[in-house]
Amino acid sequence: MRSRRRVGALIGGGLLLVGALIFLYPFVIQIASSFKSESDAAADPLSPIPHPATVANSFAKLFNGSTDFPLWTFNSLVVTLFVTGGRVLLDSLAGYALARLRFPGRKLLFAGVIAVMAVPPVVLLIPKFLVLNQIGIYDTYSAMVLPLLADAAGIFIMKQFFESIPVSVEEAARIDGAGPFRMYWSVVLPMAKPALITLTILSFQGSWNEFTNVLVAVQNPNLYTLPRGLADLVSGSLGAGTQYPLKLSAALLATIPVAVVFVLFQRHFVRGGNEGVDK
Amino acid sequence: MVAQTLAKPAAVPTGTRRPGRRHRRESAAGLLFVSPAILMLMLFMLVPILMAFWVSLTRWTGQGSPFTSGVPFAGGTNYADLFARNGLERQDFMTSVRNILYYVLLVVPLQTALALGMALVVNRRRLKGKSFFRTAFYFPSVTSSVAISIVFLFMFTGGGAINAVLSVFGIRGPAWFSDADGIVHLIVSRLGGSAPGVLVNHGLLGLSWWDWLSGPSVAMCAIIALVVWTTSGTFMLMFLAALQDIPVEVDEAALLDGVNRRQRLRYVILPMLRPTMFLVVTLGLIGSWQVFDQIYIMSQGGPGKTTLSPAYVSYAAGFQDQNFPAGAAMSFVLFAIIVLMTVGQRWLLRDRDAARERRAARRGWRA
Repeated sequence: MRSRRRVGALIGGGLLLVGALIFLYPFVIQIASSFKSESDAAADPLSPIPHPATVANSFAKLFNGSTDFPLWTFNSLVVTLFVTGGRVLLDSLAGYALARLRFPGRKLLFAGVIAVMAVPPVVLLIPKFLVLNQIGIYDTYSAMVLPLLADAAGIFIMKQFFESIPVSVEEAARIDGAGPFRMYWSVVLPMAKPALITLTILSFQGSWNEFTNVLVAVQNPNLYTLPRGLADLVSGSLGAGTQYPLKLSAALLATIPVAVVFVLFQRHFVRGGNEGVDK
Repeated sequence: MVAQTLAKPAAVPTGTRRPGRRHRRESAAGLLFVSPAILMLMLFMLVPILMAFWVSLTRWTGQGSPFTSGVPFAGGTNYADLFARNGLERQDFMTSVRNILYYVLLVVPLQTALALGMALVVNRRRLKGKSFFRTAFYFPSVTSSVAISIVFLFMFTGGGAINAVLSVFGIRGPAWFSDADGIVHLIVSRLGGSAPGVLVNHGLLGLSWWDWLSGPSVAMCAIIALVVWTTSGTFMLMFLAALQDIPVEVDEAALLDGVNRRQRLRYVILPMLRPTMFLVVTLGLIGSWQVFDQIYIMSQGGPGKTTLSPAYVSYAAGFQDQNFPAGAAMSFVLFAIIVLMTVGQRWLLRDRDAARERRAARRGWRA
């Protein structure tokens, strides 16, 4: 009986390892192929070892002017910085007001926020373009940043968190004569650090990877972010050959920041994911 | 504390007016605090929807502003074209609906089963390196859809990694992204059959029955593989959370009753996972209808339009054919479908939560 169990556990462990391999091997292929020559990548796509190890050939190409990779990276950084900063500020302000301040229309606004969370982003492609065009910011940095500041899920996360803080803390500060803004800024916000970190990380990941908004917001190649630039590489701006090592190395570099943040702050991803579900 | 309670009675005379002023101040602050966020939501969610709805009722050609009197009003014709008029719009839209139905039919069960399986394995008490496996399974979900699509595009090339693996088992892999053949069509022809005339000559909504019944194309299967691979990690986390919520006593009681592992899964664990299962399936349904990025990167709707999705058709109608009214109308049909599913899900969930609370309350009373 015991030995049968052992065998079962071994088989289970083996399956698990195979599963992990299937989940991670695409990344192995990606990394290895980034270091391969084009013919090697095509001839031996499975091998994790670059055959004549062309030392970072395709990486050099990304930066020597064959592509606009440095520009895309810069644009991605600008967008991510402004979107993340803006979301943290706007979402926490709105979340605090919806959780704690009594004002007319509060219930209605919150119902509106919940309703907006159900709007699928992909049906907004044409609508967003129409608005950006109409208010005259199409093809600008503003068009890449402002639409992403509309973040109902973030408001929801912050509201839930503020509601979990005991009211007594604010009562004490109120007796000391703190007004709503001071209450928010120097009493409640410092206590909301865990939620703020979660929100920062989710916003960072979301805006760094964001593709559909930049697709309909700009057409000037000087404004392309990394995802838009990568899409451009795939659709054939490279000219001769498939140049997979180059594309894969660009995709690899674009993935690294999120991968680092993910490894460092994994539990925030998990919490954010489950938070969104409870809506 | 004592000083404060003592000080309070002294403030009573002015106290009746004070709360009013404080209340006004609080109201003003509240409105001020929510207004930037609400403004953004209105400007980039509500206004776009209203504008696009207007555009979907016109014949705007993409020139100038659609909100001038010169733009011809079309009423519901853009919507009627999607369902009732035999034309390219209906053909493409219905093809995308056919494609997405097969896509949903495969993606939802596969990702749910895979997520559940991974959660059960990762949740085993004596598993070493639990967090490593959890990380490995979840990581694909957080990466950029564009970057990961490039990796899969490379793996699914004719001489790529997938076909190299298949050849180890003696299978000659297809040229994935140039193969428009439907799976069902392939099976029928493998069995020596050919397209029955009845199905080819009759149809529904602009597509012949034979086209409706094609199954997902080979190219679509590659996209399905990518999506299942990226999304199942997220759903695994939901199952894991639910598994960890199962009270230890329930498990122990089952063990005392002498159930074996299969019975434990069948009669103890799965019934307790039912709410999560419902959530995962409905979220999967809602998400699947929205597939866009992967299709934009990997296939642009080809080959033979077999990977067109409703979101992609709508995008292409607007931004490639400059037919924004038709694209907007498609968006709204897709929107209606997704909202219906979301509302249905929330309604069913609310019902269930209420029932659970009632039950819990009854139990509480009895105890």
